Amino acid sequence: MVNQTRRKLLALPLIAPFAGGILANAFHSPSAPDNINDKASLAAREKIRKRFFPNVALRTHEDKEVRFYDDLIKGKVVMINVMYAECEGICPGVTANLVKVQKLLGDRVGRDVFMYSMTLKPETDTTEVLRHYMKMYGVGPGWTYLTGKPEDVELLRQKLGFTNLDPELDEDSSQHIGNVRYGNEPFMLWAACPAQVSATWIYESVSWVMQPGQNRAKSKV
Amino acid sequence: MYFTVSGEKISRARYKQLVNAQKNRRELIAAQLGRRDFLNMGLLTGAGYLVAKSGLSVHAESFMHRGQPASPPVRPFIEPLPIMPIKKKVPPGRLRPRPRVNPNTAAGEGRTIPHQAFNIFRPKVFYEVHQRATQVSVSPDLPIQTLWGFDGVVPGPTYVAEYGEPVLVRNFNDLPPLGQNGGFGLPSVTTHLHNGHTPSESDGGPCMFFERGQWYDQHYPNVLAGILSTHPGHGDINEAMSTLWYHDHRVDFTAQSTYKGLVGFYLLFNEFDTGKENKGFHLPNFPEYDIPLVFADKVFDEDGILFFDLFNLDGIIGDTFTVNGVVQPFFEVEPRRYRFRLLDVGPSRFFDFFLTDLDDLNKHNPFWVIANDGNLLPKPVQVENVRIGVAERVDVIIDFREFRGKSVYLENRVLQVDGRGPTGTILPAGQGNLLMRFDVSSRPVHDRSVDPDTMPSFYALPDTTAQPRIVRTFKFDRLNGQWSINGQFVSCEDNRVRIKKNSVEHWVLQNLSGDWQHPIHIHLEEHQILSRQRLPVDPVERGRKDVTRLTENEVVNLFFRFRDFTGTYPLHCHNTVHEDHAMMLLWEVVEEGEDNNIVP
Repeated sequence: MVNQTRRKLLALPLIAPFAGGILANAFHSPSAPDNINDKASLAAREKIRKRFFPNVALRTHEDKEVRFYDDLIKGKVVMINVMYAECEGICPGVTANLVKVQKLLGDRVGRDVFMYSMTLKPETDTTEVLRHYMKMYGVGPGWTYLTGKPEDVELLRQKLGFTNLDPELDEDSSQHIGNVRYGNEPFMLWAACPAQVSATWIYESVSWVMQPGQNRAKSKV
Repeated sequence: MYFTVSGEKISRARYKQLVNAQKNRRELIAAQLGRRDFLNMGLLTGAGYLVAKSGLSVHAESFMHRGQPASPPVRPFIEPLPIMPIKKKVPPGRLRPRPRVNPNTAAGEGRTIPHQAFNIFRPKVFYEVHQRATQVSVSPDLPIQTLWGFDGVVPGPTYVAEYGEPVLVRNFNDLPPLGQNGGFGLPSVTTHLHNGHTPSESDGGPCMFFERGQWYDQHYPNVLAGILSTHPGHGDINEAMSTLWYHDHRVDFTAQSTYKGLVGFYLLFNEFDTGKENKGFHLPNFPEYDIPLVFADKVFDEDGILFFDLFNLDGIIGDTFTVNGVVQPFFEVEPRRYRFRLLDVGPSRFFDFFLTDLDDLNKHNPFWVIANDGNLLPKPVQVENVRIGVAERVDVIIDFREFRGKSVYLENRVLQVDGRGPTGTILPAGQGNLLMRFDVSSRPVHDRSVDPDTMPSFYALPDTTAQPRIVRTFKFDRLNGQWSINGQFVSCEDNRVRIKKNSVEHWVLQNLSGDWQHPIHIHLEEHQILSRQRLPVDPVERGRKDVTRLTENEVVNLFFRFRDFTGTYPLHCHNTVHEDHAMMLLWEVVEEGEDNNIVP
């Protein structure tokens, strides 16, 4: 079984273009799917926006100002993690792992799925520092690094639950939450997986909110 | 060098983390949640009325700077207890296409693995169930809302099964398309029969999910463990189970889908636990006096719509309590003995059940625990309270004779404020969560059910002296806000343990996560608790379990036999939020090729 599983995993990047084809149909435009305009769904979506996605201004590694909801989340499939450039704990491994995920996703990154990494130390992580960090890890296009005003970054950290119940741990950036939030905003699907698991598993997890019909049981034969 | 109380060598950072967690908990209890605060917050109303904007959730919000709304006020005890309908069979031969060993992919079946025991335990009883969105009233004070239910019922219908009658359930995923979930829930499912001695491909494991528009045939042999191994032909009668339940188990999305309604009971009878009080063990008649109860805590938003905290990693604690799907119901009972099957479906809360007479708060109101995790104990155990975590069950006998003409409440008195687990605080009688009210009639009635006070014997405990082939250790921890087992996280890509079929193993579960508590569930076979390191094994835990509560810094040693079937099963925390955030691993029963990994 293990061998077959491995074989299947190796095959994953090969089927990616096909999956991309399906996706292009489902997500021709990054806006909300047209068929979901019933009152209840729109109201539910609006509540999630209000509760979890403050539209604060952030600055991208390209030094562009963006609004969190309007520009980064709305109508999109996203992956979000937190980091800081000087982090010597889990960050290097996480970033290297997410680079692998980015490679698995290929050219869908920046089109069908958007990757975001937000610094927890906006005071020191300037856009220049972030660009340097990205270069060091070989982060490709379509994956945006974000900084901003400390209070806005903190608000987002709280809202997205990158928090620890223990206040002392919560204040200790080196203990920060090490998962990737993955979600589909118009479909109101949100979940998370640890950023240290295998890149193929993160890739598969994100695919669940991108398209229906990936029957996991198939691969377990 | 630093050590935990269990002797584990840990890093300084880890030690600091443990100390901080401990300190924080003390502060939380002392400073934040003293009795006076509760009075000020208006939580201590005797009638159990929930007051808007003064619930625990507001408190939590101020503490956490985020989180969930306070539910709108709802009147308790205005609706009768709903009883889930008994699931109706489909006549044999009716299912089209016919069930078969191999997956019927062409006809839309999501199963991918052939049934391993279909021809050994050929299905005699057939069901068809449809998971779909449904309009539900949780309280007349809340709007009708869309939840997900088996057959459109929340909680789902109760399966009534018999040992010796293998079942086949054709399970349809008719949930709404993506984008129409009302705010949470993925329309991709796998239905686990919790506690079932079930072949892996029918177990409803986390990675065996199937999609909207597909169906899946699940084969439940309804056989006693040991039937193909230690007790050929019949199985071990002392492994007989009574109270099972079924629920969605989709990896990463279980909390959302179970919270949304995908849960139900599956009761299993035999020649001893007959459901008839004039036969076998003489337990109260089903269904008249044998009542399944699903306990859940919920949060509703400002519009009264069910709210799920999408970005919570710790555990979701609700401020509104439902029993069998409605807010704090009342139930008219006769002055006689009843069997209640209590189930905690979470998402994260522990319950500590007491009987409360609001007219006499000092009175002790004992009752009897007869089964733990749905398995009858050797003998009834008299208690004044019983605690369960998510997914645990207790069957209790309550004798209402002494409450003739009065009302008595089932009350949760353990204080819990977050996903960590219950605090050490037991609230005074009448000041906890009044979950439901029993209104006891005064008319004279017959009761031929067994009096637990006569100490009837049920099943003996299976022997646990067999030498284990291997002792494995599983350490449960929190790593960067995520939930780990032996330092690793869930993935459907690998089975981390390979167990020899029909072998004995000891599993040591160790809690390294400080003051977090975890109800740990292990599929396929029941276990017995050989020892706990910190706490004595509670008398009601001296039975066969499928969920063991791992309390603060606890180490428990479990006895297992992995019998009869092969394939993949999980071990996981059943705080569904921890489960969805990676506190799970897959293991596998194999004919050969077992491993000797003692810390998998």
